[in-house]
Amino acid sequence: MARSVTTQQKAINTALAWAVGLLIFFPILWTILTSFKTEGQAISDPPVFLFFDWTLENYRVVQERSNYTNFLWNSIFISVGSTLLGLLVAIPAAWSMAFTPSKRTKDILMWMLSTKMLPAVGVLYPIYIGAAKMGLLDSRTALVIVIMLINLPIIIWMLYTYFREIPGEILEAARMDGASLKEEIVYILTPMAVPGIASTLLLNIILAWNEAFWTINLTVTKAAPLTAFIASYSSPEGLFYAKLSAASTMAIAPILIMGWFSQKQLVRGLTFGAVK
Amino acid sequence: MATQHSRSAARIMMAPAVTLLLGWMLVPLIATLYLSFRDYRPMRGGDLGFAGLENYTRFIGSSSFWPSILTTLIIVGGVLAITIVFGVLLALLLDRPMWGQGVVRILVIAPFFVMPTVSALVWKNMFMDPTNGLLAHLWRFFGADPVVWMSEQSLLSIIIIVSWQWLPFATLILLTAIQSLDGEQLEASEMDGAPTLARFWYIILPHLSRAITIVLLIQTIFLLSIFAEIFVTTGGAFGTKTLTYLIFQRISESQAVGLGSAGGVYAIILANIVAIFLMRIVGKNLD
Amino acid sequence: MTMTVRALLGATALCSAAALANAETLTIATVNNGDMIRMQGLDDDFTEKTGIELEWVTLEENVLRQRVTTDISTNGGAFDIMTIGMYETPIWGANGWLVPLDDLSDEYDADDILPAMAGGLSHDGTLYAAPFYGESSMIMYRTDLMEKAGLEMPDAPTWEFIREAAAAMTDRDADINGICLRGKAGWGEGGAFITAMGNSFGAQWFDMDWNATFDGEAWANTLNFYKGMMDESGPAGYATNGFNENLSLFQQGKCGMWIDATVAASFVTNANESEVADSVGFALAPDNGLGKRSNWLWAWALAIPAGSQKQDAAKQFIEWATSKDYIELVAENEGWANVPPGARTSLYENPNYMEVPFAQMTLDSILSADPLDSTVNESPYVGVQFAAIPEFAGIATEVSQEFSAAYAGQQTVEEALEKAQAITNDAMEAAGYR
Repeated sequence: MARSVTTQQKAINTALAWAVGLLIFFPILWTILTSFKTEGQAISDPPVFLFFDWTLENYRVVQERSNYTNFLWNSIFISVGSTLLGLLVAIPAAWSMAFTPSKRTKDILMWMLSTKMLPAVGVLYPIYIGAAKMGLLDSRTALVIVIMLINLPIIIWMLYTYFREIPGEILEAARMDGASLKEEIVYILTPMAVPGIASTLLLNIILAWNEAFWTINLTVTKAAPLTAFIASYSSPEGLFYAKLSAASTMAIAPILIMGWFSQKQLVRGLTFGAVK
Repeated sequence: MATQHSRSAARIMMAPAVTLLLGWMLVPLIATLYLSFRDYRPMRGGDLGFAGLENYTRFIGSSSFWPSILTTLIIVGGVLAITIVFGVLLALLLDRPMWGQGVVRILVIAPFFVMPTVSALVWKNMFMDPTNGLLAHLWRFFGADPVVWMSEQSLLSIIIIVSWQWLPFATLILLTAIQSLDGEQLEASEMDGAPTLARFWYIILPHLSRAITIVLLIQTIFLLSIFAEIFVTTGGAFGTKTLTYLIFQRISESQAVGLGSAGGVYAIILANIVAIFLMRIVGKNLD
Repeated sequence: MTMTVRALLGATALCSAAALANAETLTIATVNNGDMIRMQGLDDDFTEKTGIELEWVTLEENVLRQRVTTDISTNGGAFDIMTIGMYETPIWGANGWLVPLDDLSDEYDADDILPAMAGGLSHDGTLYAAPFYGESSMIMYRTDLMEKAGLEMPDAPTWEFIREAAAAMTDRDADINGICLRGKAGWGEGGAFITAMGNSFGAQWFDMDWNATFDGEAWANTLNFYKGMMDESGPAGYATNGFNENLSLFQQGKCGMWIDATVAASFVTNANESEVADSVGFALAPDNGLGKRSNWLWAWALAIPAGSQKQDAAKQFIEWATSKDYIELVAENEGWANVPPGARTSLYENPNYMEVPFAQMTLDSILSADPLDSTVNESPYVGVQFAAIPEFAGIATEVSQEFSAAYAGQQTVEEALEKAQAITNDAMEAAGYR
């Protein structure tokens, strides 16, 4: 990208890109700002942007009502746990599909993706009964497994497309040199696969974090994550914009921060090897 | 390619994982299939016996069925069109040299991290509310009557909310693809005096085809089953009842689990039709 | 990565420590309404008295309903106490899913529960849930605007009067809508309102053979009157307004009248939240001279699932939460206007409470609603703004979606009624009624 540009062009690009970026980000910014307003200011006409009496009152009220840290820990445990477990199961499978594909591989992959279309509510009763019988209601372990299963097709899909980018010639060269299967994996394939795995990990943490059906329906108090936390603020009586904003900010802040710190990896992973 | 020996070794190593996986994915499928042939109504005492094909005929015979398919396709199609067109434009813009590229990129990705429930709540209450919403203030500022988004423009509202969530995903994939475009090739075409539009059409777009395919496939699968955005905003009223939502209504609100499960089977069929259709058009880009 | 692992270990340690801390803990599922949230702030009183710890699962109404229904119908046992409404209680009680509350202590004085509430929360004469608070619906109106319009609100107005008053109070330039009513889809939102309104027009859901009656004149009159009045004097976008939206409009001074839950009276007269707190008057919900008014009857009540292992502790809690003492406790802490209303007769005999401006009208409204006899003509079902059969919630939600589409002008009233008729008859046939 060594195209030369004038400063003027660069300034125009910058202005335009920032304008669009801020526009897209604005709903989040507005939510964060509103969370520091009083309920009255939150609906004032005309709306106030920055010049209001900043207050932490909404956060205090929300924290008093719900034990935020407990919800937060559960969200972290479930999203990270399910993703790690998912990778453990998916890596060998994606690996075999990528390196020893059969005629059916592509069909199987498509089919796996299409099972995601199965509406979760359809299996709510059988899964709920099963979980209750096995004492797995309100258990983080059960949620980790369920969320892992839900995201498995996506994990496999991502890994598969990523692994396929690893050139087969390198493997053959290694074999010529007499490398064993183990050495092949440890020294050659793993280093090449790590970026893809890392970005799959990140994307799936986000998907698991935002999963709101099973996390609400299979939990009570001990295992309830932030999605359940939000469900208790979504339509209270009376004025609620400011409190809703505070709760929303608390629910999305951790994942937003994680996302920002890891956006480079994420960008790489999201491409699914689209880059040739 | 790999030797016969290493190939079979790999097969043996991977076979259990693959089998396990397929097995696990079959469980919900089989449960749904089984229930779709039963008269299962929890409020009436649970499983009331074999129902034959009645659930299937009843589900498809409902006056809500075909409209729900149409609604699903409009939402999926609308969001795909918006995210891909704007995604390409945004990617082209972000690819240009500028100050603070990293920060802008962060701003653009952010919506992807927001829980669907939260984004639907924020949009519905703080932006699209006809009295206190920010958009209503904006409309009034310009002397116009505020739009009642959730009823007058219900489908558009949902498409906007969902597009906002998925635009970052499309933009990121497309951006990375553009960044990999060979600079020299572009420069050469610039020297040849190829007009910008032609350059876009003949060089950039073909290069992006694979990335666009991936956006299409992944997004379609997620969009076919969007739920929270509808549950929170219109609750399925005003022509926003998608197939997924209709199934939810049958199972959770009407407590007709068998009937809803038959709907679930239709949903899988629809997903496969869409997938095959997509593969036909764009599948070759994946190889 | 090590960071994550450490975080995970930390989370596990934290939670197992919490689990060890106490022996008897009750898990309570409840709705995120103001009165319940207030109770969570006062629950130390219960723990001090009994040593029983409480864990709350607070959810938005629709999510709560799905959550507890799944649990009770699968005997999942996740909750010791569930907050349910007047619709669920008789159905679940009949299914044997709830512990009968027929052995409450003398001190609790179960006979003090308002008869209308006890009736709606019973099946075959056995109480299955104790009302935490009860409500009917009534007119809340702006006394200042009424005066300005040169009208006087009777205690028991007719729909004709309401329509005229609404038109007279409407001032579009000042952003004042004569009347705000629920139009939002959902059986418990706009569906509840239009059903209760229909009662006063002689409409009902089913005839004695469980046939839908949307092809009759009564429903057409109800819907045409509603839509006509709302188009004249209602707020923009009323088809998407539910309880919350209207509450916030009224509190901001944008409604002349509002017919909704009696519990809203304490919110609109609370000066901290409402800009119009000192100019609100109350009247009975309107009628049409046919002998039925258009007010509903509802209670949020506490029930114990039959599968609970902690029935004794759960009963202790219910006796605490719905007792006279709890009402006193709230009155001490928050004032009489904020006590949970509509559950006990003794509350309405308390001179302190009767000073609250909406107390009498709330009681009168509750007393004028009868779930066993809510329609002008004979009907086969129990319930005022609903029919207490399992299929009702699903059917009514779909029907109210058609109604809301008609309010928004996306179809005519006739089309909506035709569809409602088809939806209802189909579903009733599938359920084996017809």
